[in-house]
Order: sequence, then C-alpha cells, then structure tokens
Amino acid sequence: MAKILVRNMQKHQQGVVTAVKVGGILGQRIREMGLMPGSKISVQGRAPLYDPVAIRIMGGTLTLRNAEADYIEVEVQD
Amino acid sequence: MAVKFNMALAGNPNAGKTTLFNALTGSRQHVGNYPGVTVDKKEGVYTVDDFSVNLIDLPGIYSLSPYSEEEVVARDYLVENRPDVVVNIVDAANLERNLYLSCQFMEMGVPMVIALNMMDVAAKRGIDVHHKKLAKLLGVPVCPIVARSGKGIKELMQVAVRVAEHHKVWQPLNISYGEELDSLIIDLKAKVEAAAFMTCDYPASWTVLKYLEEDDLHISRGDDDNPLISKELQKEVAIISEHMEQTISSAPDAMVADHRYGFIKSILRQNVMHYTIDQNRMHTSDKIDMVVTNRFAGPIIMLLILFGVYKFTFTYSAIPVEWCELFFSWLGGTVDSLLADGYMKSMLISGVIDGIGGVLGFVPLIMFMFFCIALLEDSGYLARVAYMMDRIFRTFGLHGSSVMAFIISGGIAGGCAVPGVMATRTLRSPRERMATLLTVPFMNCGAKLPVLALLIGAFFSENKAQYMFFLTLLAWVVALLVAKVLRMTLLRGEATPFVLELPPYRVPTFSGLMIHTWEKTWQYIKKAGTVILGISIILWAMMTFPGLSSEQEAVFTARQEAILGQQSPEGVAGLESGEVTAEGRALNQALLQLANVRSEAALRHSIAGQIGTSLESLSQYAGFDWRTNIALVGGFAAKEVIISTLGTAYSLGEVDPEATGSLAETLKRDSGWNKVKAFSVIVFIMFYAPCFVTVACIIKEAGHWKWGWFAMAFNTAFAFSLSTFVYQIGTRLF
Repeated sequence: MAKILVRNMQKHQQGVVTAVKVGGILGQRIREMGLMPGSKISVQGRAPLYDPVAIRIMGGTLTLRNAEADYIEVEVQD
Repeated sequence: MAVKFNMALAGNPNAGKTTLFNALTGSRQHVGNYPGVTVDKKEGVYTVDDFSVNLIDLPGIYSLSPYSEEEVVARDYLVENRPDVVVNIVDAANLERNLYLSCQFMEMGVPMVIALNMMDVAAKRGIDVHHKKLAKLLGVPVCPIVARSGKGIKELMQVAVRVAEHHKVWQPLNISYGEELDSLIIDLKAKVEAAAFMTCDYPASWTVLKYLEEDDLHISRGDDDNPLISKELQKEVAIISEHMEQTISSAPDAMVADHRYGFIKSILRQNVMHYTIDQNRMHTSDKIDMVVTNRFAGPIIMLLILFGVYKFTFTYSAIPVEWCELFFSWLGGTVDSLLADGYMKSMLISGVIDGIGGVLGFVPLIMFMFFCIALLEDSGYLARVAYMMDRIFRTFGLHGSSVMAFIISGGIAGGCAVPGVMATRTLRSPRERMATLLTVPFMNCGAKLPVLALLIGAFFSENKAQYMFFLTLLAWVVALLVAKVLRMTLLRGEATPFVLELPPYRVPTFSGLMIHTWEKTWQYIKKAGTVILGISIILWAMMTFPGLSSEQEAVFTARQEAILGQQSPEGVAGLESGEVTAEGRALNQALLQLANVRSEAALRHSIAGQIGTSLESLSQYAGFDWRTNIALVGGFAAKEVIISTLGTAYSLGEVDPEATGSLAETLKRDSGWNKVKAFSVIVFIMFYAPCFVTVACIIKEAGHWKWGWFAMAFNTAFAFSLSTFVYQIGTRLF
C-alpha cells in the first residue's frame, strides 16, 4: 500500500481516495462530484497532452486538470 | 382546468432532464432568460387529468453550492418562486452521485418526487435498482421512467400532482453531520429561529448549513438581513473550523459533504442497489473512448469531425442562403419597379430590405450550425473535445470548449462570427467564455474573405494560397494572444477549475435536435433582427445625406445634357428605342461614367464621406485615404459592404463582391496604393470592429451593452495600431 497523488497514477490503476487537500469552493466541488476519502477511483485515461486526466468514479467519468488532481491523495496497491 | 400547479424540473447535467422536458411539453415551450444572467429559462405547459401544470426546466446542476451561475439560478428560483413540487430527475446508472443533489433538496425541504431515469441503461449495465425500497428509505416518492421513450411519464406526473396537492409546507430533512457538528447545529438553529433570521425564505436548518459551508452568497444575504446575528454565526463557525482543523485536519464543509454521501451510501446499502455485472467491466462508451480520445487517433478524429461540421454548415447552408438572397434581391427589384425614385425608395431598398436580408440571410447558416452543435453536445462528443483541447487553450486563459467557437467563426478561413459568438454558450466558465466571445470575431469570416482575396489578388497575386494560409494563421495567433491579454487584464482571474463530466455516448433523439436547433435560431432572429434594422437605416442615411448641393447638382445636370447634346438625333432615337448602335453604346457608356462620378461626389459629400475625409488626418499614419476610410466605415455594417463602397468611391458604380476584377485593376493602377498600404488595410479589416450583427450577438451573449461598445472600440483601436505599425515599418523598409 502506498499513498500517491492522482497525477502519478498509471492508466487503469485503481485506488482509494485518502485525502482531498483543498478547501473553499474548489474543494467543495471536488467532493460533491464524489471524490472524497473512501471513494474508489481508477484512471481511465489522459488527454493527448497528458492533461487533463479522466477518472472513473461511482459509475461515471470525471475529468480534472492535473493542477486540481494534485490535491487528491490516493492509496494504491503496490 | 380547475387547478394550476408550478412544477420545477431539476437534476444533474446529462441525467436526461431536457429529454423529459421535451417529452412533457413538446412544442408548447418557450425560452427566456433569467434576469441578469445568460442562463436559458425554459417554460412549458403540461396537462394531466384535471390539472394544468406550468413546468420550469431548471438548469442542470450537481449541487446547490453557488459554484456556477446555473446553481445560483436554480437555488434562487426555488426560494423566490416556491414551486408546488420539484421533479428531481436522477440517472439510475449513476445513482450515488445523482442522489447528492436530491439530498440537498431534501435538506431544503422542497416538496419533491424523484424521477428515476434511464432504468433501461442501468439494467444493461447490470445495475438493479429497487425503486420502492428507495422511496421508503428516502421518504420521497420515486417513479421509474425512461424519458427517451416516454415510459412511466404519465404515472410520474400523477404522483407529482398528488405531492403538489398535499405537501404545502416545506419539511427540511435532518441528517447527522457527525456528533460535533450536530450539537452546534442544534444551538445555531435555535438562535436563527429566535431571531427569525431569514426564516421567511429559508428553513433555519438550511441557513445554518450554509453558514457551516461558508457559502458566500448566503452569508452576504444574511449580512444584509441582520448583520448582528450573521456575524455571530460566522464567529461560531470560525471557532469550530479552527478546532476541526487542529483535531482532525478537516473542515465543516468537508464534513457536511462527507455525511451527505454517508447518508446516501447507508440507504443504497440496504438492498436498494444490486450489481449483476462486474462494475469494472468496460462499457460500450468506454470502448469508444479508447479510440476517440486516444493519444494519436483522438486528435485526428477530432480534426476530421470539426472539419466535417464546418463543411456541412457552410456547404449545405449555401443553397438555402442563396434562396434567401434571391428572395431579397427579388423583393428589392419589385420595390424598385413599383416605387418612384426618391429617398423613400432608396431607404426601403438599401436600408430596410438589405438590412433585414442581411440578418435573415444568416438564418440557414445559424440553423445548420446549431444543428451540428446540438448533435455533438447531445451525443456527448463535445465534452471530449473540451477534454482533449483544454491543455492548449488553457495556456491562453481559455477553456477546452472554446475551440468550437473559434472554428465556426472562421478558424478554417470562411466561417462566421455570428454563430461563433452564439456557440460560446456551451462554455460554463464565465471569464473563459467572455474571453472567447470577444476574440472569435478576429477570425477570417466568410465576409472578410472576398475583401482579403481582392487585395491579395491585386497586390500579392504571385503567392495567393500562401498568403491566405498566412492570414488564417495570423488570425489564430492574434486571437489567442488577445485572449491571453484580456485574461491578464480586464478578465483577470483564476482559471475556472475543469471539473467536467464525460457523459456516456448516446444517440441523440431527432425531436430533441430539432427543438434545440429551432429555439436557438428563433432567439437569433428575434434579437438580431430588431437591432440590425435600426442600424442599417442609420447607416443608409449616413451614406445618403445630405446629398449633393444644388450647385453641384446643376453641374452634373449640365454635363449630362452636354453629353446628350453632342449626339446626332439618330443616336438619341436609338437610345430611346433600345436599338444597339455603336453610337448608342458610346453614349450609354458616357452616361454611366457620369452617373458613377456623380455617385462618388455624393458619397464624398455624405455624412459617411465627411467622416472619412475628416479621419484622413489620423488614418494617414496607417496609409488610408478618404476612399478607404468610407469603405471601412461601411464595413461596420457588414464586411461585404467594403467592396461595394470602395467601388462607389472609385467611381466604378456598384461592384459585385463575386466579380471584383475591375476594382482590383483600378486599385493596382492607382498611385495611392502599393503593397504596404494593401497589407496595412488587410490587417485592419481582419481585426477591426466586428460587423453589427456580431456586435448585437456579443451584447446579447455577454449580457451587457458595454461589451458591444468594448468590442467596437477596442478592436478598432487595436487594428489601427497594428496597421499603423505595419505601414510605418513597411514604408521605411520597402
């Protein structure tokens, strides 16, 4: 088990969110979309220029810029 | 029709809300705007049993936090209008996330029915939802529907009407937000109730939640209502915030969101939702995405699709556009033959008919463009375009979704800024959207092309294609750089976070496409039509009045008589009978030439001409003489006008923009023109004030007059500086 940032996840890698380290309106929005401690996510792909990143969560697909994904810490299997 | 109810439709984007709305109201709907914002307000009527239901389609939202205009609009609507019932449409295939909004509605206490949509999609994905159990646990009626096919809609409306009849009082739901917060909430709620703090509009518990979430909008309203208690609440929240930060490094708003999802999970876990298929399995939509957003294939497919949209819009709309033009030229001809010469006739033809024709001529183009956008949007592809292009456009302070507007406006030379400006509606971030709609007019639209082609043909004929390509690139570079500058100055601000959902691919419904296309086209006709008619008449007046003085008039009459007097009686007779003789032709030629010289004199003497002449002292720095100035003034109305006005100014009479050979020759031979001046004029035409139809659309889309003025003044000043730069450097080098 290791904690990494979403930016460093591989394609199709799965993980569980451990922390969302941003407050305010952006933090609220990220949480509202389901990205909160305990949520299972997997990286579905990245845009041609490696940014944004597409994440699979709660049966839907969500895209985030790397700058925003950097607030999200994930626990992954080694 | 005894009883009337107000019903609001609400739900996440992509949950099928619009499909349901269209299925319920069909063509009995109309679109307006919420005051002060550009969010569409759709209303319609539905009748069920003996009830007449007035339906409002609220914008698609993920939550009730004031994150975007849409959310603020939806929330204010609920509070200010207190609909009798809210139909919350929920995507059964994405239930957990969708219920987050439902949970917030329940916290507010609005009378509600949940429409569990896309039961068919959920079943295909192996998700089994027990709607009866869900209803029981939530304490809210739940109706399974398939909005696309209309299945379950009638039952849904019957249930909704029953709720509207019986639940007149808002009953806020209380869920637990954790021990620490719960006890504070009870305290604060008592304070709010004791002071009757905003309790006319909002439930006390909801106000407390909003203060805990540090919701700026609600707090500023609280400050206006009762600053004392508002400050007290904020103080209490600050204390608990600090405490939570130190003890569990969390914040009240995170805690609240956490417990909302906790509440939802606890319900779903009680046998409400079953998976019959492994959820990590790839769905069809994911398989399509493997190719369509692939690192290599993705951009190529995107270019092909965008090029296809462009081709479709401009190629197939050409035929109906031509019909429109034919109709208006026929109308002009009819008026011409029916009325006697004079100002009335001139105004009707040049002012009214050309003006309305100019607006309606765009209609087929707009319809085709909106059809393509509706197709891309409803199928889910537009979100993928934004996803793939975001990295590039973000560099310039724009958004991935901006690409569409730029392409349509002429990103591949020959679009139109009018649909381009309107296409910015798909952008959800306000600053990025403004920067996009202010810079798309820099693209080389179809009306600028003939003017550019004329000048390139006359002065740079050796490398036509290369020059055209260079000008297309130049337009992109300038538009993106100006967008960057705007985002660093007037539209300064953080990039709006790109938290965008990629909805599953869906086949759009035909009726949905038609409704979307028509409603947007109609909005264009209504708005642009009224503005343009007025401006077109003003411009006609400027180029007509005050006309020639009586002395000048006398000079021309004398010259005309002199020409006629020179002719033999046979020649005059030939002219009258229409017999073509060599002498008659020469005579005709001489008369035409005189008429053209007369038009030139009248134009120079007109208000526009006087403006052009008086601007010469300034415009000479960019190399423009009065003739060019008048043409450019005319170009404020529409860029095509530049050619016809130049023609008149050079005594060539009316010049057809499609056949500019004689004008090109004249310019080439004119000693006042050279390559440097031509390039300076090209640069000016590319970047100066957008045409009036575009300005009208900018005003409409930006929501304020000042942006229309800004577009005209800023672009003109900017273009003039560039042209002056080009001309001054150019004349020194060459």
